[in-house]
Amino acid sequence: MTDMQQLYLLVPLAPLAGAIIAGFFGKAIGRAGAHWVTILGVFVSLVASWFIYQDVERGNLFNGTVYTWATSGGLSFEVGFLIDKLTVTMMLVVTFVSLMVHIYTIGYMVHDEDNWPADSLAGRNSYQRFFAYISLFTFSMLMLVMSNNFLQLFFGWEAVGLVSYLLIGFWSTRPTAIYANLKAFLVNRVGDFGFLLGIGLIAAYCGTLNYTEVFALSQVLSGTTVELIPGLPWMLVTVVCICLFIGAMGKSAQFPLHVWLPDSMEGPTPISALIHAATMVTAGIFMVARMSPLFELSDAALSFVIVIGAITAFFMALIAIVQTDIKRVVAYSTLSQLGYMTVALGASAYSAAMFHLATHAFFKAVLFLGAGSVIIAMHHEQDMRRMGGLRKYMPITYLTVLIGALANAGFPPFAGFFSKDSIIEAVRLSTTPGASFAYLMVLAGVFVGGLYSFRLVFFAFHGKERFRDAEPHGHDDHGHHGPVEPKESPWVVTVPLILLAIPSVIAGWVMIGPALFGNYFGGAIYIAPEHPAIARMAADFHGAMGMIAHGLMTLPFWLALAGAATAWYLYIARPDLPAVIKQKSGVLARILERKYGFDEFNEWFFAGGARLLGRGLWKVGDQTLIDGLVVNGSAKLIGWVASIVRLFQSGYIYQYAFSMIIGVFVLLTLWMNRV
Amino acid sequence: MTGLPLLSIAIWLPIVGGLLVLATGSDRNAGLARLLAMVVAVAGFMVTVPLYIGFDTTTSDMQFTELRQWIPRFNINYQLGVDGISVLFILLNSFITPLVVLAGWKVIEEKAAQYMAAFLIMSGLMNGIFSALDAVLFYVFFEASLIPMYIIIGVWGGPNRVYAAFKFFLYTLLGSLLMLVALIYLFFQSGFSFNLLDWHQLRIPLTAQIYLFLAFLMAFAVKVPMWPVHTWLPDAHVEAPTGGSVVLAAIMLKLGAYGFLRFSLPIAPDASRELAWMMIALSLTAVVYIGFVALVQSDMKKLIAYSSISHMGFVTLGFFIFNSLGVEGALVQMISHGFISGAMFLCVGVLYDRMHSRQIADYGGVVNTMPRFAALFMFFAMANAGLPATSGFVGEFMVILGAVQFNFWVGFAAATTLILGAAYTLWMYKRVVFGAVANHHVAELADIDAREFAILGLLALCVLGMGLYPFPFTEVMHASVENLLKHVAVPKF
Repeated sequence: MTDMQQLYLLVPLAPLAGAIIAGFFGKAIGRAGAHWVTILGVFVSLVASWFIYQDVERGNLFNGTVYTWATSGGLSFEVGFLIDKLTVTMMLVVTFVSLMVHIYTIGYMVHDEDNWPADSLAGRNSYQRFFAYISLFTFSMLMLVMSNNFLQLFFGWEAVGLVSYLLIGFWSTRPTAIYANLKAFLVNRVGDFGFLLGIGLIAAYCGTLNYTEVFALSQVLSGTTVELIPGLPWMLVTVVCICLFIGAMGKSAQFPLHVWLPDSMEGPTPISALIHAATMVTAGIFMVARMSPLFELSDAALSFVIVIGAITAFFMALIAIVQTDIKRVVAYSTLSQLGYMTVALGASAYSAAMFHLATHAFFKAVLFLGAGSVIIAMHHEQDMRRMGGLRKYMPITYLTVLIGALANAGFPPFAGFFSKDSIIEAVRLSTTPGASFAYLMVLAGVFVGGLYSFRLVFFAFHGKERFRDAEPHGHDDHGHHGPVEPKESPWVVTVPLILLAIPSVIAGWVMIGPALFGNYFGGAIYIAPEHPAIARMAADFHGAMGMIAHGLMTLPFWLALAGAATAWYLYIARPDLPAVIKQKSGVLARILERKYGFDEFNEWFFAGGARLLGRGLWKVGDQTLIDGLVVNGSAKLIGWVASIVRLFQSGYIYQYAFSMIIGVFVLLTLWMNRV
Repeated sequence: MTGLPLLSIAIWLPIVGGLLVLATGSDRNAGLARLLAMVVAVAGFMVTVPLYIGFDTTTSDMQFTELRQWIPRFNINYQLGVDGISVLFILLNSFITPLVVLAGWKVIEEKAAQYMAAFLIMSGLMNGIFSALDAVLFYVFFEASLIPMYIIIGVWGGPNRVYAAFKFFLYTLLGSLLMLVALIYLFFQSGFSFNLLDWHQLRIPLTAQIYLFLAFLMAFAVKVPMWPVHTWLPDAHVEAPTGGSVVLAAIMLKLGAYGFLRFSLPIAPDASRELAWMMIALSLTAVVYIGFVALVQSDMKKLIAYSSISHMGFVTLGFFIFNSLGVEGALVQMISHGFISGAMFLCVGVLYDRMHSRQIADYGGVVNTMPRFAALFMFFAMANAGLPATSGFVGEFMVILGAVQFNFWVGFAAATTLILGAAYTLWMYKRVVFGAVANHHVAELADIDAREFAILGLLALCVLGMGLYPFPFTEVMHASVENLLKHVAVPKF
């Protein structure tokens, strides 16, 4: 094993070691021991990723097996790494955000014992356990992105799902948390169901699960037609890609499998930033980008992708406008941004999707961690109606959140501007069927994005200090009664905020040139010649400054500005208006507040339907038909036959003699009349 | 190898040991009985280890064979041997036995010697089933193994134990009577031989093959159990003591599945192919139908019993799609299910020993008083839901891949277990373990002790190890599975 290969192994294993130590020996090493060991693990991983990045820059790619997991039927299931630009970008994003979140967690979870019932043993060493979980997550996510085959991809895919489940339900005594984590796991499993079928088809037709080998056989996939429904011939590659994308819809929370993400906010805020904004939910985006050699072969699949993404981008943004829980606003904003990335994938602008993934990881982590900082200051109050005017108490949090909001809304020169504008431009130029619909959606989404981003800023940080007249409250009864006096969070919270805010400002213009148009991803992303969006954009691209200058004259900028201005008008100039609008718009407002009714429908149709079906099969199938009719029925039948046969065994000799004579007579008759 | 008759030792050591334990007699010597049982059980496992170490993975021939005349008049022999299909089950069976002895250590206070003896004898008999190469020998072991289980349920079982024991006994006995007829038919067809390996070479007309297949099906389907002859299992599990449930789920259900591989597929390959559609349909029904039924159970043991049936549906599905992925995945699933379902029943046992209730509704918030137990139970629940890096994933993954290869829609139906399995397992887990403390009984629960931790921890290591590195398991099977599939591929009538 070469030095580089050892370095590759070190990247996932360092956080794993941290997780194991903090998880199993948390009591022995104490709180400080747990956070130091996990931070060290992630830090080592980040440094190693940086070295690998430099090595990859020099052109040293790697694709190899670590060990053979199993073999069967000619298939070799392996665990191995594929190191290229796509991988290493994800590795840097994941380890950097993870490190920031680890540090931030020290401040956020410091009073975690207050979140548990007093006598509960479940809360024992919860601080150490939390660090173990987020390090375990980092390991799983790294395994996912570094994989060179579908088996390990699926392994990482499910492992991040597991950690997400454990962390959403971290406060396992809260009914809402354990409802949300079960929901998240099951909805993700619906996605995984499709994902696994896609992998199965690849295994069946390609005879391998290794990416490179599958891509080499992609012509086989596009050349084969399958009739899954008789009379409907489909290109195999279309079926495969749609199946895989269903997996992405679960993990990256795309409509209609988006329902789990808002509820996942029940988990502690650091993981909302790390898992449910910056990294895990982008796994689907990464996966589709990784599979670009397959998706490029099917316009139908791309069309499916772009439409789903467009619906998510616009309609989820709308919900963000009516949310009052600060974390849920950010959560719906995440859904919308994931929709933008998906739209980019559908437009064959994979690099734009990856670019937005990276910038979004920074600015959305800022927004979440900033929201968390506010939540700490407000003693675990999340309702923005009880905030307001916080900016003078929490200047660092305010500034960083403002940067996050500017980037999220797509104002130049913040990072989000470059990535979002690239996506919109790519959609405009895209030839994918459905692109015109998507263009409309993403444009409208820009206005909404400006509105909800600045609504958050104005609602929480400006205006009247509403927390002063709030009633004593709090779902955690740990004695913070009366009005709170907000103050800036400690350095472990603010330093990660600042460190994440910096790339939220600069990542855009630093990265756009190489990432989008400079062939940064090299051979990792394949774009078919007939999908020209990115190539045409490259022809028009004249540096980041030019893009800003151009951006100021285009529609998206003015839409975002209009959104922000509307937010200013509604929440600063005329704070009485939102209530009036809400009252006037009646049904529309209710539809948005009910989130289009997905939760109710799923609860009624899927959860209720499954229980009803289960009960029906059990009571009717098992108990009435099988047990009642067949098992007990045959017992009854035997009993009935026996009761008749018993009549013959009366014990009277003359009855026996009589039946014997009859019998002999019958037999004789039959014998004499035989043919 | 050493030349020792390892298989005979694996069979008779637990049986003789069990009789010795029985001889310790009354409960005054319970301590001695337990200790002796433990020694025998561990020794019984140790002697099977060389079977794996010395196993030659390059051949599909029977290994560690033994042959002695038994009833020469009918050409019945004491003939033993293992191949890549059966060897792992002997190890699994011998591995589970010490755990079961340990699990009953404190809980069984009445007739402890008899309890331990029953498990040891059953363990020996089941090793006999997996290693018998003579049909009569197989049949004797197959039927004899029913008796200890019948006694275990009937003596140490719950309030409704007599009904359950009877249902269990009759269901399985009726099933195997038809098998006896089939065995006698084959005896005459093969020119008076009971040698299974001879039977594998027989050429039998298709119609006769179909009758044979159906006769074997009756015996094995009940054991697996396949839908719709599964209704005895939930009753048996609910009434059985924890150890009984563990052995029932971990080993006894595997006997039926093993029978398909040893009898139905190689002896009636053409009938197997002809009737594969039916077997696949029944298997998928087990996966989907039973998955929904498991969802609505209010009794934890019933829920896990239904989950077992659903998982065994994967096993029979894997067999009858006739590709290596399917068959090997099914075998892996059988081993893994031995660990996981055993562990799940032990987890319920841990709770039952403390609360004397299996009703989900009586629990809630167990994590607040039993965090260590909650962590282990979580692990096994995830394994039951087929999470990667646990053994539960390996078999399911391979069978689903094999099923998609066979037919997309078969794979589609099978893959629903991803959702259903997670739904019934985790929903139960949520209601039992998560949440606030539900009542004062839960508030008084004590976390698992060292004994319970050792049992569950050991099983957790197995589940994790097999999930991370299943290679040693699949490696053993290849040659034998390929050979078996060759049997099926070539028409024999």
